[in-house]
Amino acid sequence: MSMNNILEFLSLTDPNVRYVVIGSILLAASSAIVGTFTLLKKKALVGDAVAHSVLPGVCLAFMLSGVKNPVYLIIGAFITGWISLVLIDTITARSKIKEDTAIGLILSVFFGIGILMVTVIQKSGNAAQSGLDHFLFGQAASLVGNDLVVFSGIALILMAAVWLFFKEFTVIAFDENFARSIGFPVRTLELILTTLTVLAVVTGIQAIGVVLMAAMLITPAAAARFWTDKLKVMIVLAAGLGAFSGLVGAYISYVAPAMPTGPWIVMVVSIIAVLSFFLAPRKGILFRLITQRKFRKQMLEENILKLLYQLGEAQGSYYQPRTIEEIVARRPFQMSRLKKGLRNLNRQGFLKSTEKGWAYTRAGKRKGQRVTKLHRLWELYLTEYLRIAPDHVHEDAETIEHIITPELERRLEEKLRYPKLDPHQSEIPYPKL
Amino acid sequence: MIHQVETPIVELHDITVSYHKKPVLWDIDLTLPSGSIIGIIGPNGAGKSTLLKAMMGLVELSSGYVRIFDQDLDQVRSRVSYVPQKESVDWDFPASVLDVVLMGRYGKLGLFTRPRKADKEVAMECLRQVDMENYAGRQISQLSGGQQQRVFLARALAQEADLYFMDEPFAGVDAATEKAIINLLKSMSKQGKTVVVVHHDLQSALEYFDWAVLLNLRLIASGPVNQVLTPELLQETYGGKLTLLAAVGDLLTKKEFPSRE
Repeated sequence: MSMNNILEFLSLTDPNVRYVVIGSILLAASSAIVGTFTLLKKKALVGDAVAHSVLPGVCLAFMLSGVKNPVYLIIGAFITGWISLVLIDTITARSKIKEDTAIGLILSVFFGIGILMVTVIQKSGNAAQSGLDHFLFGQAASLVGNDLVVFSGIALILMAAVWLFFKEFTVIAFDENFARSIGFPVRTLELILTTLTVLAVVTGIQAIGVVLMAAMLITPAAAARFWTDKLKVMIVLAAGLGAFSGLVGAYISYVAPAMPTGPWIVMVVSIIAVLSFFLAPRKGILFRLITQRKFRKQMLEENILKLLYQLGEAQGSYYQPRTIEEIVARRPFQMSRLKKGLRNLNRQGFLKSTEKGWAYTRAGKRKGQRVTKLHRLWELYLTEYLRIAPDHVHEDAETIEHIITPELERRLEEKLRYPKLDPHQSEIPYPKL
Repeated sequence: MIHQVETPIVELHDITVSYHKKPVLWDIDLTLPSGSIIGIIGPNGAGKSTLLKAMMGLVELSSGYVRIFDQDLDQVRSRVSYVPQKESVDWDFPASVLDVVLMGRYGKLGLFTRPRKADKEVAMECLRQVDMENYAGRQISQLSGGQQQRVFLARALAQEADLYFMDEPFAGVDAATEKAIINLLKSMSKQGKTVVVVHHDLQSALEYFDWAVLLNLRLIASGPVNQVLTPELLQETYGGKLTLLAAVGDLLTKKEFPSRE
């Protein structure tokens, strides 16, 4: 049954479904596009305040006109949305109250008044009010007829405006003072961007609802930021993610009309954001964990090879097999990690496994010797150039020995003039030619 | 020791700037000569950056006026370039090095016009002048402090101005970048350009600048560098704030007195 639903939905044969889908996609994408600049200007919280502050305007428009006409509602929403922004700015500029407090204050006061008005309208028993409560949590399926035309129209205007002002918005978001210095009308441009933000919130009030509209503004852009460093790609990606969640919302609204749409849309887009947070290349958590694991593995293997070199040094024979007990007696490795490291080194051809234990290959000895050399060179560098006491340099060298590149190695050797002994009078081993 | 110039490139007439009613610059009155490298020097909190912003019209003046090329700033903006402190922007912004340098062309392009191929070529040439042409496609968050400063300089060069205001271009850069920047400034001044630089390192000031402005909330000196960087004047600049001046400033804040009637 649900498979049929999906097919029927996706085929868009029902014109009503078609309109709802187009509308949801348009407004989710347009608010994500505007939201990209809201995010880059670090005004995410302001977006949330506006979203909540449009509610009293919507209610007031309905109370005064007595009908649920989208044009009246949008004008009402726009006015209170704007007043809230002006108040936040005025409070921040004229009093000792900081911006975050002003935002919290305005958001709760306006939303409180809005809820009060919704209650009054519901109690008044006005028949046309059916649907007004959708403005809290949204109902995509109600996006038909006149409503659809108006809201989609605004969405298209938003996209066109961002396209037109792309260069200007970018420069005021990156470097406001510079924009002012080249004579750009920064105040006007900010006014326009703010107006677009309010309008983006307004487009979503019917399908997504005022409570969660801020998420549609900010979350797609935040998710997109994880995947790219290019602003244009970020905008397109944010629009795509927004559109996808809008589509899902429309579907939910289609199969389960009793369900509010806003929370579903926001949940979808939030899941995408969380996944981005974990999975994105370079910036994602997973990528960083994998990189760290790789480093830890490299450090373990190099430490084993270095230790075998030191054993060889002490006993004058490098290629003699060593038992695990001998290794652990010298340095307390965690047993399971040690065994794993030995097996890896064996597989990579740096060690061979014999009956009497683990023994160097030539490549293994060369590598162990290099790590030992880097450790001792770094200790010497620290004592000579940073004047650090010889008994304080070992810990530092334990880390640095793993990250020095061949180029840095050469510079280190030259700077120290190919020294023979480290600060603890151990020999610094150079490969024999 | 305040030298006035005959045909100044910048003229400040009795400028006072206040933040929250408290004057941070008192009655600055000076003229700057064209074609020179000019250092604005003074201790932390002396109002050096504010003075630069006042010249660029970026802060509100409580009194006085600024003339540049003997005109209002708005009439000569295309001939003036401003380089903010590099810490004043978020370098994690999604932009490439070339994107930032292209912003230097925006003033000439005006509103709604997109950068053309010619602008990209100018931007690349400016990157070459600061030895950063290989970084054009690099994301700006991957740059070192010195490289960030070079990108800002390339953006300023792309403006093709005659007068440059630079806020602490030597702060937080490596020695190689510092040398590259000063060489660039010197070759700019040879071409007749004027550079006004906010600077905090006294040791290099004598070597870098032709003209110095000593500042500590009030103007202490303005003139040729060898006449201005004297022990007495430096002592006056760095020897602590005038406590009476500071006390009156605090009073203005507390009483919410207008700093001008």
